[in-house]
Amino acid sequence: MSVMDAPAGEPRSTQRHTTTPGRAARPRRLRFVLGKLFSLLLTLFIASLAVFFSRFLVPGDPARFLLRGRSPKPEALVEITRQFGLDKPAWEQYLNWLGGILHGDWGRSLTYRQDVSDVLLNRLPTTLQLVALAAVFITLLGLLAGIIASLNKGFGDRFILVTLTAAGAVPPFVAAIALVALFAVQLGWFPSFGSGDGFLGRVWHLTLPALALGITYIAFVARVTRSSMNEQLVREHVEVAMSRGLTRSSVVVRHVLRNALGPILTVSGVMIAGLLVSSAIIEQTFGLTGIGQLLVQSIDRLDFGVVQAIVMVVVTAFVVVNTVVDLLQPLIDPRIAAGTETR
Amino acid sequence: MTLSLSLPQQGLRRYTSALSPLAWAAVLVVAVVVAVSVFAPALAPYDPDYVDLNNVLAGPGAQHLLGTDALGRDLLSRLMVGGRTSLLGPTLVVLGSTLLGLLLGLAAGWSDGWAGKVLGRAFDILFAFPALLVSMLAVALFGKGLVAPIIAMTIAYVPYVARLTQGLVVSERARPYVQAYRVLGFRTPWVVLGRVLPNLIPTVGAQSALNFGYVLADLAALSFIGLGVQPPTSDWGAMIEESRGALLGGYVLPAFWPALVVVVVVVAVNVIGEEISDRIGGKLS
Repeated sequence: MSVMDAPAGEPRSTQRHTTTPGRAARPRRLRFVLGKLFSLLLTLFIASLAVFFSRFLVPGDPARFLLRGRSPKPEALVEITRQFGLDKPAWEQYLNWLGGILHGDWGRSLTYRQDVSDVLLNRLPTTLQLVALAAVFITLLGLLAGIIASLNKGFGDRFILVTLTAAGAVPPFVAAIALVALFAVQLGWFPSFGSGDGFLGRVWHLTLPALALGITYIAFVARVTRSSMNEQLVREHVEVAMSRGLTRSSVVVRHVLRNALGPILTVSGVMIAGLLVSSAIIEQTFGLTGIGQLLVQSIDRLDFGVVQAIVMVVVTAFVVVNTVVDLLQPLIDPRIAAGTETR
Repeated sequence: MTLSLSLPQQGLRRYTSALSPLAWAAVLVVAVVVAVSVFAPALAPYDPDYVDLNNVLAGPGAQHLLGTDALGRDLLSRLMVGGRTSLLGPTLVVLGSTLLGLLLGLAAGWSDGWAGKVLGRAFDILFAFPALLVSMLAVALFGKGLVAPIIAMTIAYVPYVARLTQGLVVSERARPYVQAYRVLGFRTPWVVLGRVLPNLIPTVGAQSALNFGYVLADLAALSFIGLGVQPPTSDWGAMIEESRGALLGGYVLPAFWPALVVVVVVVAVNVIGEEISDRIGGKLS
């Protein structure tokens, strides 16, 4: 398989197969999948240790730490000690916490006097919608800008590249401020605050936040698309497709873009994690009631149990998305699973 | 397969000679911003915290070159003095993470057996903790301000340097000059620190330059959401936060200047990082 996929121009002697690929592919693929799943579980386990035991870095009485900013009445101290099991040994506290998380019992929020899981579930949709809309913008605008840049030579390409470099350096919160100044205050096209009701209202309210959230990655995806399309455009299989008389657009879509997608998929895992983390700042800026805003507010209100839960959720999302991307890659490019990637 | 026989020991000189005009401009921008920030107390025309309620939201003029904010404070002075906190954080984070990352990466790359594998796996796991998230956790633990985020970000950026270093050391170790030193019986620490390390500096430096931009943006974002530098201390991120009210009222300048400076500095360090990276053949991701 992998030898067939290699571009004709490259010397085949660089790819060594000790066994016939067809017979060896299945156990190798299984090992690849199991290896990825093992490192997923290992990372999650270590992440849970780090997130839980981070509290032990703070010197002093843990009950008073958890009750910072609130009146440390004796009954409150007793209650917090019971709730977090602070009188038990550290490893038992950890096992209880981990067991609770696995069973959906995430503890109670001191601010909201509600189960953390309920608070999180209430706020999850807004964050997911924001990240999803940002992902749509990133895919559409990023691919479009990248394709236009790589198909235009000279001034058009330079202009788009310079714009992308500048846009890639704009931090999301600066982009948020700039978009609000232009589209909300000056032009009045979009609201600057709140999440809106109904599908269209939601999209309308989330447009500026999603653009601000995605700007770095729009520029990034565009640059990756541009360079990997440029790489593909000069390859022989594209020349052959052109010489067979296929239309330019079908060559671009089926022969150039398809091969250019690999590098973009590689970064999409990191990208989604970046979006989740940056959404904290964007939600806070636009007053969106999502998980990110909850994280910032819980830090502000010294509600540590909620902070711990959100950090764990985001890290888990990050690791899972990255593992899924790693597992998907061989489906797009079989050379990766075969371990003979030739780029 | 061609065997590379070029001598790699010419040190830094071949990377610093003949920068492109764009890179020179970037170096100049960074130098000016750093110099102005360092000498801000002497250069600033006003006390950055001086409130003048008779002169609120003034436009740029002879009195206030960049105008004033909603409390009548001179924006130019706040920008200059704010550079100190805004640049100090990223500088410390990049220095700390580069040193730690180089050390761990050298150790991981040089050891063949399980130690290298364990360290490599540890770097991979550290990647699962986004820097901004770790900083927020640190603030939740140790309180608002810059100290906790700086320490947290230093740790979060170690794997970026360490994994890069590890990969470089592994490929460097197989090169003829290292083999030659080993055959000749030179001691390992001397070869690693004296001969291999200098060859890593350009690549690692490029990565650190890029990291500087990310850290600057992340710390500014933390101050912007009120978890980092606390008012009335001037800081670029905090300045943008303070000007949000004015912005909604149509006064763009108080937010525009700090935003512009942040973007210009980040672009400049990115240009420098990419210039170095291009010269050494784009080894960075």
